[in-house]
Amino acid sequence: MSKEILSGNEAIARGAFESGVKLAVAYPGTPSTEIVENASRYREIDSSWAPNEKVALEVAIGACLGGARSLVAMKHVGVNVAADPLFTMSYTGVRAGLVLAVADDPELHSSQNEQDSRHYARAAKMPMFDIADSQEALEFTRLAYTLSEQFDTPVFVRTTTRIAHSKSIVEPGQPCSDAPQPSLKRDAAKFVMLPSNARRRHDVVEKNLQRLAQWACSQPFNRVEDNDGDVGVITAGVAYQYAREVLPEAAVLKLGLVYPLPVELVRDFARRYKTIYVIEELEPFIEEQVRALGIEVVGKDKLPICGELTPGRVKAALCDEQFTPAHNCAIDLPNRPPNMCPGCPHRGVFYTLKKLKAFVTGDIGCYTLGFMPPLSAMDSCICMGASVGNASGLNRVLPEQEKQQVVGVIGDSTFLHTGINGLMDMVYTNATATLVILDNHITAMTGRQENPGSGFDIHGQPSRKVDLEQLCRSVGVKHVRNVNPWDLAEVYRVIKEEMERPEPSVVITRGPCILIKRDVGQRKTPLQVSADKCSGCRACLNIGCPAIEWHPEAGERGQAVVSQLLCVGCGICEQLCKFDAFELVSKGGNNE
Amino acid sequence: MSKVTNILLAGVGGQGILLASEVLAEVLMLAGHDVKKNEIHGMSQRGGSVTSHVRYGEQVFSPIIPDGEVDILFGFELLETCRYMPLLRGDGRIIANDLRIMPPAVATGKQDYPAGLEQVLTSAAEAVIIPGLELAQQAGNVRTVNTVLLGALSNMMDIDAELWRKALEKMVPPRFIEENLAAFALGRDWRN
Repeated sequence: MSKEILSGNEAIARGAFESGVKLAVAYPGTPSTEIVENASRYREIDSSWAPNEKVALEVAIGACLGGARSLVAMKHVGVNVAADPLFTMSYTGVRAGLVLAVADDPELHSSQNEQDSRHYARAAKMPMFDIADSQEALEFTRLAYTLSEQFDTPVFVRTTTRIAHSKSIVEPGQPCSDAPQPSLKRDAAKFVMLPSNARRRHDVVEKNLQRLAQWACSQPFNRVEDNDGDVGVITAGVAYQYAREVLPEAAVLKLGLVYPLPVELVRDFARRYKTIYVIEELEPFIEEQVRALGIEVVGKDKLPICGELTPGRVKAALCDEQFTPAHNCAIDLPNRPPNMCPGCPHRGVFYTLKKLKAFVTGDIGCYTLGFMPPLSAMDSCICMGASVGNASGLNRVLPEQEKQQVVGVIGDSTFLHTGINGLMDMVYTNATATLVILDNHITAMTGRQENPGSGFDIHGQPSRKVDLEQLCRSVGVKHVRNVNPWDLAEVYRVIKEEMERPEPSVVITRGPCILIKRDVGQRKTPLQVSADKCSGCRACLNIGCPAIEWHPEAGERGQAVVSQLLCVGCGICEQLCKFDAFELVSKGGNNE
Repeated sequence: MSKVTNILLAGVGGQGILLASEVLAEVLMLAGHDVKKNEIHGMSQRGGSVTSHVRYGEQVFSPIIPDGEVDILFGFELLETCRYMPLLRGDGRIIANDLRIMPPAVATGKQDYPAGLEQVLTSAAEAVIIPGLELAQQAGNVRTVNTVLLGALSNMMDIDAELWRKALEKMVPPRFIEENLAAFALGRDWRN
C-alpha cells in the first residue's frame, strides 16, 4: 500500500482497523481524542463516545466478553476515572484482544496534571507498549492485539502529546483476516470476580507477567542498536528520538514494551557499555527498575522529572551544553494567551459571576478559560466533575454570611461525565450552593465531539438526548432555571436569585458553542462601533472579547473598534455599552 | 547523519497553520523525504500563539526542532514571527506575513502592539515580508492567504512546482483549487 503521513492517533486507529477491531469507544481528551474520532471513519468499527472513561472501558470489556476485539482510548487523567474496572479486568484477562490507548501530556499542554501512565501498567499488572512514532503506533497496536490474546491480558499502548499529534510517514498494512468472531460464551471462573475466582486469577496474572518479561527479551520491539563507544542509552517512546538526535554516537536499547521490563536484555546491554544513561520523560519509571537490578545509571539525577523532554533539554542535561540563541528580538513582545472565541456563550456568564462576586468552583473545559483576565472568575479547578462536590463541601463549612457566594460551574459534557454524582450529593446533603451548567450542546475544548446530551452520535446522526433539566429535577433539585447566556440582564437576575436561595439550585445556560457547524444560523451580522457615540469608557473591554480592539489614538481618549472578521454579532458588548455605541453594520459599509 | 532541514510555522490559533503544515508535509513526502511534523492541539488553539514544526531529510528523529536549528522561520503574523526568532539558526531565513493580530493585552489597551517589527526581522536575517492578504484578494479569495505564503516559501525550497500542485490538489477541496493555485503562483512570483 502507498505511504501516508499519519498522526500517532490516526495510526493507532489504523492499527485497530487492521487488527479487525469491532468496537472502539472513548471519552474525548487531549491529546487522545483523534484515536476514536479516526476509528469512527472505518465503517467496520462500531465507534462511540461514552459519557466517561469508566463507562468507555466497561463497554470495551463488554465487547471482550463477547469475543470481539475492542479499543478504548483516553488521556492520562482519564485512566484515573477508568481505574476501577481496569484493575480487575487485568485479572479476568480477555476473550479477544482488548487494547487501552492512553495519551500522556508531559508539559501539561492541555491538562491539569503531568501524571505518568506507565505507573498504571505496573499497578494494574498490564503490559504496556510505549510508542516512538506513527509507524510504531500502527505496528504496536497490531502487536498489542496479538499479545493480548497470547497472554490473556488487556494491553496498554501509550503515547505522549508529541507522538499523538506528530505526523510521520506510515506504511499501512493489510487488514487481518483471523480476528476472533463474537459469540456468547459463559466462563464464570474467568469473568465473575468473586474472591474465590479472583484469588486464582491473581496467581495467573503474576505468572503471566513473568512469562511475558522473559518472552519480551527476544522480541524485535525491544531492540539494541549497537555502537562502538562507551555510552549505552536505555530509552523508550519519544525520548528515543531525542536520544538519537542528541547522542548519535551512543548505543541504544530501545524498549518497545516498557512493562514488564525485559530484565535479561537490560542486564546484557548494561554489561557491554561503561556508562548507562536512562533517558525517559516524566518519572524515573525505567530507571528505578534498572537500578533495582544493581545497575548504575545516569538518569533523573541529571534529566528533569517536570515538563517534557526536548532535544535541547536532553543536551543541556547530559552534555552540559546550554543553548545560546543566534538571534534575539530586543523588543518586549506582549503574550498571547488562549481566549474564549468571539460569540462564546460562556463569556457573559463569567462576566456576571465576577460582578456577583461569586466564589466559583470550576471544572474542565473551554470555560476553564473563565480564569483568564479580564473575566478572572474561577477560584478552583481540580478535575472532571469536581466543581459540584467542591461547591457542596465548601458551602457546608462556610459561615452563614459566606455560604451563598459559592457557585459551581460545569459544562454539559463534564456534567454528564462525572458531575451528576456530585449533584446527587449536593441535594442529599442539602448544600445550599448553586450549580451553573454551561450547556453548549457539545464537548467543545477537545474539538467539538458529540455527547449524550448533544442529540447526535459520533457520526453526526441524530440520537436520543439526555434532558439536563429533567435529570437535575429527578435527583431532587427543586429549583432548575434555564437562561439565555447572551441575555446579560437575565443571566444576572436568575443567577443572583438562585445564589440567594438557601437551597440547592441549578441554572442551565443554554446556548450552542459558536463553532458548531450545524448551528451556523447563530452567527449573526457583525456589530460596529459608532465613532460618534463611543466615549472611550472601556466598559466593553471587560468581557475580553477577541473581536473588540482598543484603538488608543481614536477619539479623545481612545475608542473601541470591532473586527469585522471576528465578530459574530452575539451582542454582549452592545448590552454593556451605556452610550449605545454598538450598532449593526449597515449594508455596503463598515468601519474598517 | 545527513542534514535535516527545519521549518517552524508560527502564528495565531485560527489562522489555518495546521492546514498549511499538512500541505507542506505532503509535498515533502511526495519529494521523497522522510518527514515529521508536530504541533500542539487543545487549549492553546483558542486564539493563542501556535507553532508547527516541520522537519525533513533522509531520516528525521525528533519531531521537535532542536533549539537554534530552525532553517526557515515561516511566520503568519508579525509579532508571532518575532517571538520565535531565538530558535532561528545563525544563517536561517525568514518569511513573514505582513499582518498584525492584536493580542489580548493590546486589544484591551494595556499594552501597545510593538512598532518596527519588520525592521527587527529584516535586520536579523534574510527576510521576505509578504502582503499575504492583499495577494489573496487578488487570487479571488481572502481565505487563500496561507497558500500565498506557501508560494513564497516554495522559493526557498528545492521542490518541483509540479509536486506542489499535486500536494495542493490532494489537500484542498476541488471547488477551491483554482483560486488556491492562483494564490500559490502569486506568492511564488512576489518580490520585495
